[in-house]
Amino acid sequence: MERGQRRLESWGRQVAAETEVRDLHWREADPFAGLTGSALPYGLGRSYGDSCLNQGGALLTTRGLDRFASFDAEAGVLRCEAGVSLEELIELTLPRGWFPRVVPGTKLVTVGGAVANDVHGKNHHRAGSFGCHVRALELVRSDGSRRVCSREQHPELFAATVGGLGLTGVVTWVELQLRQVEGPYLAAETVALRDLDHYFQLSVESDARFEYTVAWVDCFARGRRVGRGILHRANHSDRPEVHPGPARGRRSVPFDLPAATLNRLTVSAFNLAYHRRHRRRAPRLEHLDRFFFPLDGVAHWNRIYGKRGLLQLQCVVPPEAAPEAVRELLERVARSGQGSFLAVLKSFGDVPSPGLLSFPRKGVTLALDFAHRGERTVELLRELYAVARQAGGAFYPAKDAVMSVEDFEASFPHLAEFERHLDPGCSSSFWRRVRAGRPWQPSLPLIPSPENTP
Amino acid sequence: MKRVLVLGATSAIAEATARLHALRGGALFLVARNPARLKAVADDLAVRGAGRVEAFVADLNDLSHHAELLAAAETALGGPPDVALLAYGSLGTAVVLDRDPDAAVDVLNTNLVSPVALLTLVAARLEKVGRGTIVGISSVAGDRGRGGNAVYGASKAGFTAFLSGLRARLWRGGVHVLTVKPGQVDTPMTAHMTKSRLFATPGLVARGILAAVDRQADVVYLPWFWRPILAAVRALPERIFKQLRI
Ligand SMILES: Cc1cc2nc3c(=O)[nH]c(=O)nc-3n(C[C@H](O)[C@H](O)[C@H](O)COP(=O)(O)OP(=O)(O)OC[C@H]3O[C@@H](n4cnc5c(N)ncnc54)[C@H](O)[C@@H]3O)c2cc1C
Ligand SMILES: NC(=O)c1ccc[n+]([C@@H]2O[C@H](COP(=O)([O-])OP(=O)(O)OC[C@H]3O[C@@H](n4cnc5c(N)ncnc54)[C@H](OP(=O)(O)O)[C@@H]3O)[C@@H](O)[C@H]2O)c1
Repeated sequence: MERGQRRLESWGRQVAAETEVRDLHWREADPFAGLTGSALPYGLGRSYGDSCLNQGGALLTTRGLDRFASFDAEAGVLRCEAGVSLEELIELTLPRGWFPRVVPGTKLVTVGGAVANDVHGKNHHRAGSFGCHVRALELVRSDGSRRVCSREQHPELFAATVGGLGLTGVVTWVELQLRQVEGPYLAAETVALRDLDHYFQLSVESDARFEYTVAWVDCFARGRRVGRGILHRANHSDRPEVHPGPARGRRSVPFDLPAATLNRLTVSAFNLAYHRRHRRRAPRLEHLDRFFFPLDGVAHWNRIYGKRGLLQLQCVVPPEAAPEAVRELLERVARSGQGSFLAVLKSFGDVPSPGLLSFPRKGVTLALDFAHRGERTVELLRELYAVARQAGGAFYPAKDAVMSVEDFEASFPHLAEFERHLDPGCSSSFWRRVRAGRPWQPSLPLIPSPENTP
Repeated sequence: MKRVLVLGATSAIAEATARLHALRGGALFLVARNPARLKAVADDLAVRGAGRVEAFVADLNDLSHHAELLAAAETALGGPPDVALLAYGSLGTAVVLDRDPDAAVDVLNTNLVSPVALLTLVAARLEKVGRGTIVGISSVAGDRGRGGNAVYGASKAGFTAFLSGLRARLWRGGVHVLTVKPGQVDTPMTAHMTKSRLFATPGLVARGILAAVDRQADVVYLPWFWRPILAAVRALPERIFKQLRI
């Protein structure tokens, strides 16, 4: 656990200057020892904006905390250190018939990162968020205290830490409840979507019959065709593994492609081809890597956006406002001509999220990403934020680079309660941005707890 | 089930190597001085599939523990180890070592005195059964003494020489000795260094160690490209070498 000079970036390719990097290796060690400025845990840097960066302070990298502590293969309860990636976790548990209850669109995230953003998956309508399946975690704070937090022990700190953006301290280990699966396959279908109404109609029906549902929409479709796209839906299959071992190698984007390669034309062509290819497809068996993590096959795919990187936006709007708001958002994107490579639409269910700052909540969520073309992209994003907020929307910190102080406050009604649990030794570039001019005082005294962990 | 003895089991390189043995279902006896860290490593290896994991806490610079821990290992593993990996070591801090003889002696104790003492006992046990592999992690730094860290280089040069002599003494009796010379590896030992492209991961080094054990190699540079680099470094005349700031 020492310091070193390294340049860490977020997935949107933002970089924070003058950051001290310290690699954590041991869960029993004090991650904050000897630090004077603020610190922030850093997992695999799969957050897009600046929520995993801490300009001028320190980043505590957690990938060295990659040990499993225990695995009960009867009950599906796994305890592991926070730097274990979902890829490593799945490699261990899948052959024994267990899989995370919730996975995001990439398995190259750490368990700690998944907790701190309380990530969601394609089964939110059934399973809720990642945090719903966290049984307990250990939190180490800058005052040297160490607490096991769960729904029973220190429940307030548990609620602040799940979705807590790394601002309540360092999570050293997490205990998860997994779900049983027969094998690595899904019975998957894709259905062409004519337009947005078709999406809303199909999504209700699909959510009732399928564990996993998500739609990819064409952001260049305008007018009546807005919302044209494809809906993926699937259930776990009971077919066991056929060819054991990893099925495919990993390709990589080795260098930065200039932003010009990602012009309107290529994006349209991609979207169209994607739409065609998926128009008519009978139910099929699909390996879960393909279904859940389609982009993981290409390492560093974010480089296709060039040096300036990409900007993400993900919002959730309440069910009543969703049809109008989503249409308006998609229309504006299409009109701008700044096509999004990936536009993902999904309906969240009503399982409550456990975190005070959890993003998932009942409604319809839309995720868009844009090649960063400077001010005009930022302006478009601001416009979209305004539309979503008008509709009562909330925004996802893991996928944000432009959210305002007001957007942030509007997104998280439990913000004041959350701030009581902030660790004064933690901060992030994101936090300072969305709390600019809103100084806070930690109202809970930080007292070292006598407890120790087993 | 392969019986593996890991001396210095909380070293990043040792841990990565032990994980590969665990995946193969090996039985592991782990020795390290920090109990909490040792337990974290042991629990992990058990979850990853090790046939058996035993942990033994000892400061290996205290030579009085050596006989006892080897006896405990044989009991726990059900016989002398098939592979004994010696991984502990200390880099020291160059500026301190240059001025402080006690610090220099510490590094020599950790990297040379203790390993020689411990492997002497391991060798005796393996000789008796006429099989087994001793793996010593030395370093490319032992190939030539640099101004940047003369004491560490000397300790590793001594260890390399010991391993080579041990190999010559034991091979006829069926015991194999492998000298591992890693280049720069991204571990807590090198946390303070700026990481160039030459840095390898502990996982890569671990795979190299296992492959070298399997094919009974005598000396292995990890990654391989350090062999020609060090050949060039050794070939430089001292007159020129002393002028390099490395
Ligand atoms: C291709 C792709 C698809 C994605 N799909 C989804 C999706 O479907 N759903 C979704 O919800 N998200 C999705 N994401 C976002 C991603 O899941 C989250 O950003 C996730 O949190 C990243 O994890 P990480 O390990 O990279 O953490 P980082 O990005 O490094 O850090 C994320 C946050 O976690 C904190 N943190 C990390 N480790 C710890 C710790 N040990 N203790 C305390 N705090 C910690 C950090 O401080 C930071 O605030 C996607 C991202 C990509 C690149
Ligand atoms: N990293 C490199 O670039 C590099 C290059 C060439 C060779 N090597 C060699 O590789 C080996 C492994 O090092 P590493 O890179 O894996 O570093 P590491 O993770 O820092 O491991 C060093 C280990 O040595 C242990 N140790 C030190 N003194 C000890 C003692 N008296 N008794 C018991 N254990 C002791 C330490 O235990 P604690 O955790 O208790 O401190 C630590 O586990 C070392 O011999 C090193 O010299 C490393």
